[in-house]
Amino acid sequence: MLQQRSIQSSYTFRDKILSIDYVLAISILVLGIISMFAMYSTDGGEFKYHTNSHILRFFVFFGMFFVISFIQIRFWHGSSYLIYSGIFLLLLAVKYFGLTSSGSKRWLDLYFMVLQPSELMKIGLILFLAKYYHRISIENINSFKHLILPITVLIGPIILVATQPDLGTAILIAAGGIVVAWLAGVRAKFFIYSGISMIALLPIAISFLKPYQKSRILTFLNPERDPLGAGYQIIQSKIAIGSGGLFGKGFLNGSQSYLDYLPEKHTDFIFTLFSEEFGFFGSLFILLLYALIIYRIIRIGNITRSNFGKLYCYSFATAFFIYVVVNMMMVLGLLPIVGSPLPIMSYGGSSMLAIMFGLGIAMSCKIYKDVPVN
Amino acid sequence: MLSPGSGNTVIKSKLISRRMFLITAAKAVVMVGLVGRLISLQINQATKYKSLSDKNRFREWKLAPERGAIKDYFNTEIASNEPLYQVHLVPENAKDLDNLFVRLKAILNISDKKVSFLKRVIKKQKPWEPVIVSENLKWSDFSRINLFLHELEGVEPIVSVARTYPDNSSAHILGYVSQISEKDLQTKEYLQDLAVPGMAIGKTGLERKLDEQIIGKRGYQRYEVNAYGKRIREIKIDEGQAGKEFKTTLDYEVQKFTSELLKDKAAAVCVMDIYNGDIVSLVSSPTFEPNQFVHGLEKKYWNSLIKNEKKPLANKALSGLYPPGSTIKTLVALSALENKIIRPLDTFRCKGKIELFGEKFHCWEKDGHGIVNLRKGIQRSCDVYFYEVARKLGVDRLSETAKRFGLGKKVLTDFIEERSGVVPNTKWKKKFIGQNWYLGETLHSGIGQGYFQSTPLQLCLMTAQIANGGFEIKPRIIFEGKNDDLRDYLKFKNENPNQPLPTDLLISNFNLKPLFKNQEHINLIKDAMFSSSNEPGGTSYRHRFENPKFTFAGKTGSSQVKRFTEEQREAEVKQESLPYKDRDHALFVAFAPYKEPQYAISVLVEHGGSGGKTAAPIAKRVIKKVLERHELRRNVNNLEGEPV
Repeated sequence: MLQQRSIQSSYTFRDKILSIDYVLAISILVLGIISMFAMYSTDGGEFKYHTNSHILRFFVFFGMFFVISFIQIRFWHGSSYLIYSGIFLLLLAVKYFGLTSSGSKRWLDLYFMVLQPSELMKIGLILFLAKYYHRISIENINSFKHLILPITVLIGPIILVATQPDLGTAILIAAGGIVVAWLAGVRAKFFIYSGISMIALLPIAISFLKPYQKSRILTFLNPERDPLGAGYQIIQSKIAIGSGGLFGKGFLNGSQSYLDYLPEKHTDFIFTLFSEEFGFFGSLFILLLYALIIYRIIRIGNITRSNFGKLYCYSFATAFFIYVVVNMMMVLGLLPIVGSPLPIMSYGGSSMLAIMFGLGIAMSCKIYKDVPVN
Repeated sequence: MLSPGSGNTVIKSKLISRRMFLITAAKAVVMVGLVGRLISLQINQATKYKSLSDKNRFREWKLAPERGAIKDYFNTEIASNEPLYQVHLVPENAKDLDNLFVRLKAILNISDKKVSFLKRVIKKQKPWEPVIVSENLKWSDFSRINLFLHELEGVEPIVSVARTYPDNSSAHILGYVSQISEKDLQTKEYLQDLAVPGMAIGKTGLERKLDEQIIGKRGYQRYEVNAYGKRIREIKIDEGQAGKEFKTTLDYEVQKFTSELLKDKAAAVCVMDIYNGDIVSLVSSPTFEPNQFVHGLEKKYWNSLIKNEKKPLANKALSGLYPPGSTIKTLVALSALENKIIRPLDTFRCKGKIELFGEKFHCWEKDGHGIVNLRKGIQRSCDVYFYEVARKLGVDRLSETAKRFGLGKKVLTDFIEERSGVVPNTKWKKKFIGQNWYLGETLHSGIGQGYFQSTPLQLCLMTAQIANGGFEIKPRIIFEGKNDDLRDYLKFKNENPNQPLPTDLLISNFNLKPLFKNQEHINLIKDAMFSSSNEPGGTSYRHRFENPKFTFAGKTGSSQVKRFTEEQREAEVKQESLPYKDRDHALFVAFAPYKEPQYAISVLVEHGGSGGKTAAPIAKRVIKKVLERHELRRNVNNLEGEPV
C-alpha cells in the first residue's frame, strides 16, 4: 500500500485538476471579486490606483495559488525550514534596509513590489512548527529540550516585528505559532504558565509601548475619551456599520467612506465600507464566505493523511480565522485598533501574497492528501 | 515509514483532531458573537447610527430671513430693506493670496491694516471658510468688483439684505436693529431656533415690539460635507420666509415735519386721533441715526450719543417722565365737577398767593387774577383757584379721575422703554414713601406738581379722551383695520339729536366706555380750554388760529424742575435767565379743530420755560400740518374699505 501511494505521488496534471477543492477555490474567487467591488467603491466609483492594482494582484496571486497547490506537499514539507529562514532573513533585512513610513519600519523595497516580510512570517512560522511537530515523537513533545527550538523560532520574529514597531502583526504571528504548538499536543499547563508569566510581565511590556500604542488601548477601553483623536476611528467605523442597517446604503453610496470619515478604508476598514454599503445581509454573507473557506481548509486537514498536513491545515485555518475575527472585532469596536488586514479583502500585496501562499499549501495538502511527506 | 512511527502517527493524529475539535467549537462561539455584534449595530441601533451618519454627512448653514417692512398709514415704507453688497474671499480658491490682496486694495480701497487683519483671520481658519473683505460696499465699488471678477479667483461678490430707514424722523418710535447679543439669546425665547450669526434683531421701539413676527423664518442651505468640513455639494436650499409686514397709524409726512420742527431741542410731540386712538405722530428729539446701528456702531458716534445731555437715545414721548404741570388742571376741574365739589360759576379770589399752615402757595401771576371761576381758572391757568379746588377735592378723588383718563399707566403694550409714571394719592405715598399725606401736597398736586409724573403720550391720551366727549379710547400704533365705534356713535347721535343713548347702553351698542358721570362737565372743560387758546387773556392766546378749520383748544403747562426760591420770586427772575438745566419743562396739550374735534396733541419741550411761549407755537404748526392732511387720511381709510 505504501508503495502504491508513493507511486501515485507522481500525479498527472489531470489528476491534480480533478482533485482541487473547487468549493474552496470558488469561495476564494468570489471573495476576491467582492473585494474588487469594495476597492472600486473606496476609489469613489472609479478605476483608480487602488482598484487597478488590487485587481491585478488578486489575479496574479490567485494564479500563484494554483501553481503552489500543484507542487508536491512533500516539497513544501522539505523546504519549510528554509522558507522560514528566508523570511527571517528578510525580517532582519527590514531592520537594516527597510522603508520607514509613519514611524515604523516594516517594508522592503524589492523594486517590482514593496514587501512586508512580517506578513509572510505569519505563514512561515506555521510551516516551520508544523514540520517540527510532525517530526518529533509524541513522547518528546512536552519535554523541555524539545520546547527550546519552538520557543526560539517563535520569539525571534516576534521581537523583530514588535520592534518595527508593529504590535498587531507580531501578535498575529505569535497566535499562529501558539496554535500549532497547542494542536501538536503541548500541555495546556504550559500555555497557562506562560500566560500567567506574560501577565506578570505586562507592566514591563507596557513601559516599552510607544505612546500611540498606549493611547490605542486606552481609547479602545473608552472611545469617547478622545472622539476627534484616537477614538475617532472606532467611532466612525461603528457609525458606518450601524448606519448601514439591514440592507445597506447601496453600492457606491457609503457616505461615511466617500466623505472620508472612514480611516484606512482600503486596508483595515474595508469590511466597514462593505458593511455600510451592503448592510447586515451583506456582512453576513461575507462572514459565511469566510466560514466556508475556513471550514474547507479544516476539511482538508481532516482528510489529509500526513500529520504535517493536518497540523498545517488546522493551524492555518485557525490563524486565518484569527485574522478575520481580529479585523472584524476591531472595526466593530470589540478590540483595540491593532492594524491587521482582512484576508483577501484588504488592499495590500504582502498580505495577499502570504494568504494566497498559505491557501496554496493547504490546497497542495488536498491534492496530495494521500501522499506521506517523508 | 517505520511501523512504530506509524503507530505514533495515528496517536498523534488523534490528539491533533481532538484539540482541533476544541478550537473549532471556540471558533463557532466567536462567529456567533460576531453575528450578534452585527445584529446589535446594524439592526438594533441602526436608527441611532443612521442619524449619527447624517449628522456627519450634512451640515446646515443658516440663512437670515428678510425683515418685514414697516409702513406708515399711507403705505410709505418707513423701515425697509436694502440690498447689502459684500465681498467675501474663499482662501482655498485663490491662487496667490498676496497678489490678490494687492489687486483688491487697488479696486476697493482697503487699508493695509485691514489687509493684515484679514491675513491673520485667514491663517486662523480653515481654507474653505470665507472671510468678509468688505461688509457694506457702495454699488459703484461692487460693480467694479464684478467687472474684474474673472481675474480675482477666490473672491465672491455677495448680495444680502439689511435694514434701512429713509431718515431719522421716526427713529425713536421705530427703534433700531442691531446684532444679536449673548444676552438676547438667553432672554428671548423666540430666538432659540431663529438665531443666525450676524443677524440683526430689534432692540427698541416697534422693531423690538414686533420682532418676533417681523423677523421671519430663517432658511438654510444644507450641504454634504466631508470629514474635513469641506462642502462637497449643496443638497437643499430653503430661502426661509420673509417677516410679516406691518402698517402703522403713523403719518410719515407729519413725522418728518415735526422732527424738523423739534431739531436741536430736547422735546417730544404726540398726535392722536381722538376717536380711534390712532397715533398719527410720535416724535422725540434730538433724534439719532438708526442706520448707524445696523452695521455695528462706530464708537465715536456712540459716545457722542451717550454724552449728549439732551439724551438723543431716549424716546421722551414714551419714557420721559415729567410733572404734568398746569395741563392737569383740566382733570382737576373735571374731577371737582363730577364729584360735585364746585359748580362752574363758583368763584375764588386770587391775590397771587394763599397761605396754608404758614406755608405760602404762589400763583404764577404775582399780582393775582382777582375773582376767578372755573372757566377763567383754566383760561388764565390760575394756580390759586386750583389750590382751592384741590383742597376741597382731596388728592384721592383727583387721582381716581386722573387714572381714569389714562395717567399713571402704560398707554401702549410691549414697548420696553415706555414708563407708567405716577399718579399720587394717600395710599400711594404710604406705600412707596412710607409717610402720611400732607394737605400742602394736595395743593401741589392740584397744579400738577409734586409727586405727579406723566409721559407726553399719557397727556395726549388724556386730552384726546376729553376732546372726544369723555370716552375711553385704546391708543394704537399698528393699523389693524377699522376701529370707528366712537365715530359711529357720534353719527348716530347727530342723526337722532332727540334721543341720545343712555350711558349704560353705550357699552352694549357701541362698545364704548364713558369716562364721565355727566357729559356736560366734559363740555365745560372743552369750552374752558377754548377760552384759554382763543380768548384774550388765555395762556396761549397769542398762538391761536383764526381760521375755524384749524382752531384748537388747548392748555399750557410748565413743570418745575427746581423749586423757585422766595428770593427769585421777589426778583421776578425770568425763566430765560436761569441755567438751562434749571428751567421749567414747557408743556402744551390741545385738540383741534374745536368745532369738530379730530386730533389731540401734546408737546413737551425740556427746559423750554413756559408752555405758552415755547410749546404752543410748535403745537400750532403741527396741528395745521395734521389737519391739512386730514382729508387725505380719511380717504386712505376709504380705500381700506372703512365707512366715513
